[in-house]
Amino acid sequence: MFENFSEMMLELFAASLWETVIMVGASGILGALVGIPLGVFLRLTDKGGILQNAPANTVVGGIVNAVRSTPFIILLVAIIPFTRLVTGTSIGTWAAVVPLTLAAAPFIARLVETALREVDGGLVEAAQSMGATTGQIVWKVLLPEAMPGIVAGLTISFVSLTGYSAMAGAVGGGGLGDLGIRYGYQRFLPDVMLAVVVILIVFVQAIQSLGDWVVRRMSHR
Amino acid sequence: MIDLRGITQIYQGPQGPVEALRGIDLHVTPGEVFGIIGRSGAGKSSLVRVINLLNRPSAGQVMVAGRDMTQLSDAELRAARREIGMVFQHFNLLSSRTVYGNAALPLELAGMAPDKIKKRVDPLLDMVGLAHLADRYPAQISGGQKQRVGIARALASSPKVLLSDEATSALDPETTRSILDLLRQVNRELGVTVVLITHQMQVIKQIADRVAVIEAGRIVEMGPVIDVFTKPQQDITKSLIDEIVPQELPAGVLSRVRSLAARLEAGASGQLLRLSYAGEHAYEPILSHLIRELGLDLSILHGQIDEIQEQTFGSLAVYASGPMARIGAAIDYLRAQGVVVRTVDVSA
Repeated sequence: MFENFSEMMLELFAASLWETVIMVGASGILGALVGIPLGVFLRLTDKGGILQNAPANTVVGGIVNAVRSTPFIILLVAIIPFTRLVTGTSIGTWAAVVPLTLAAAPFIARLVETALREVDGGLVEAAQSMGATTGQIVWKVLLPEAMPGIVAGLTISFVSLTGYSAMAGAVGGGGLGDLGIRYGYQRFLPDVMLAVVVILIVFVQAIQSLGDWVVRRMSHR
Repeated sequence: MIDLRGITQIYQGPQGPVEALRGIDLHVTPGEVFGIIGRSGAGKSSLVRVINLLNRPSAGQVMVAGRDMTQLSDAELRAARREIGMVFQHFNLLSSRTVYGNAALPLELAGMAPDKIKKRVDPLLDMVGLAHLADRYPAQISGGQKQRVGIARALASSPKVLLSDEATSALDPETTRSILDLLRQVNRELGVTVVLITHQMQVIKQIADRVAVIEAGRIVEMGPVIDVFTKPQQDITKSLIDEIVPQELPAGVLSRVRSLAARLEAGASGQLLRLSYAGEHAYEPILSHLIRELGLDLSILHGQIDEIQEQTFGSLAVYASGPMARIGAAIDYLRAQGVVVRTVDVSA
């Protein structure tokens, strides 16, 4: 066993791990930057929200659902023109970040919306009684109170993105999943496949533990 | 300080419109503690939220400190709300902020500089007795302490009015008393006008100067607390007072009266009287007058003496026996002394 682990193969592993980190990290962060405001918007415009607006909520909610319903492998190829527009290329690691971000944002938006829903309406009422503006209610009350839930949601998102990133090989994005498919499966190197799986388990475990630790630090309930 | 005129509130419920408030007129004078009592669903929560316009009434005028709240722009309304503090039944503290952070929130929202906030919040936490817990989170303190934070927070922006929405309903009796004492202190020492709603007459009794009884969206009775306690007019008021001053005599008292009546001497008559009195009458030797001057025999069967706003009030059930005319004279005498007398017929 492990006779296939030449020096070249080890370098390939290192490069693939780095590609996975780039894809998951960049799309997770960009997805959060889009998804968190989107989640706030969905919560505020929802029934009973402080900016209740049924038409806006229905339209944005519908788009979010539509993107979430599209299988990632289809999204990946369907938006290639858009990807080329953004990154100038349709292949490579950064080209994979675009569809990953697009998939992550609505997912994060729904998780953030759920976390915001957990914030007691009484706190919003208290802030209103103090003369808070809508912006202040979002920044001083809703987001800080929901932050443990939001971080827990982001942790789930990063783990999901790790899974999605395995499909990035379809656009030459590389990464550990791609390594496993090309070498482990197509060249029939079971030890490479096993190593890929073990590294991914450790990778996901690390994300989850870090997320849990941050949530514990933040939560004062 | 607060003037509500013709406040009506209609909600669109699932079964059509619901009238939560039906033409409320209310005047709260500066510096008083005004209580609003009613059963759940009577509209008291809706009413207190009309004052800071968390509830916008369907019709009517809301005057607070001379301004019509319903006519203000959004920015003016936010500024006006800073002059009206509010405390809540479930405290509504931010779990993500410490005790200090919670009390500081209204000042942060108003854009005050951190060092000025500290100068304001530290003495406030001292006043509510929580200076030593400033760095704790709400989850680490007791319910009574949480409400103290709520009160400090409500006072942070130096409001003229404090609204209390069932502030003690989630607390045990002892904590309730200490929180009410604190509210009273805020009222007296800072001159803050307090409007509190509650379903507990005990709260009204301990702290309010005047009380309004609300039922089905209407104020059915209103007046100084001592008057409402000693001369309740409406059935709802009587039933609310019942927990403190029982309105019905216990069955045991009535059976004792019957046995006393059976043992009356020939020619004598007996009468069960229920007396309620308040204020200075409480200290007059009224009963001994009946015994000495009118020669009546008195058996005190049931009674209670209590204090509201440093005024004594009491209720007694007395069985008077003697010549019929003397009993009549006794009733006239008592009424002349300002005692409310009700004769009770026990012939079963």
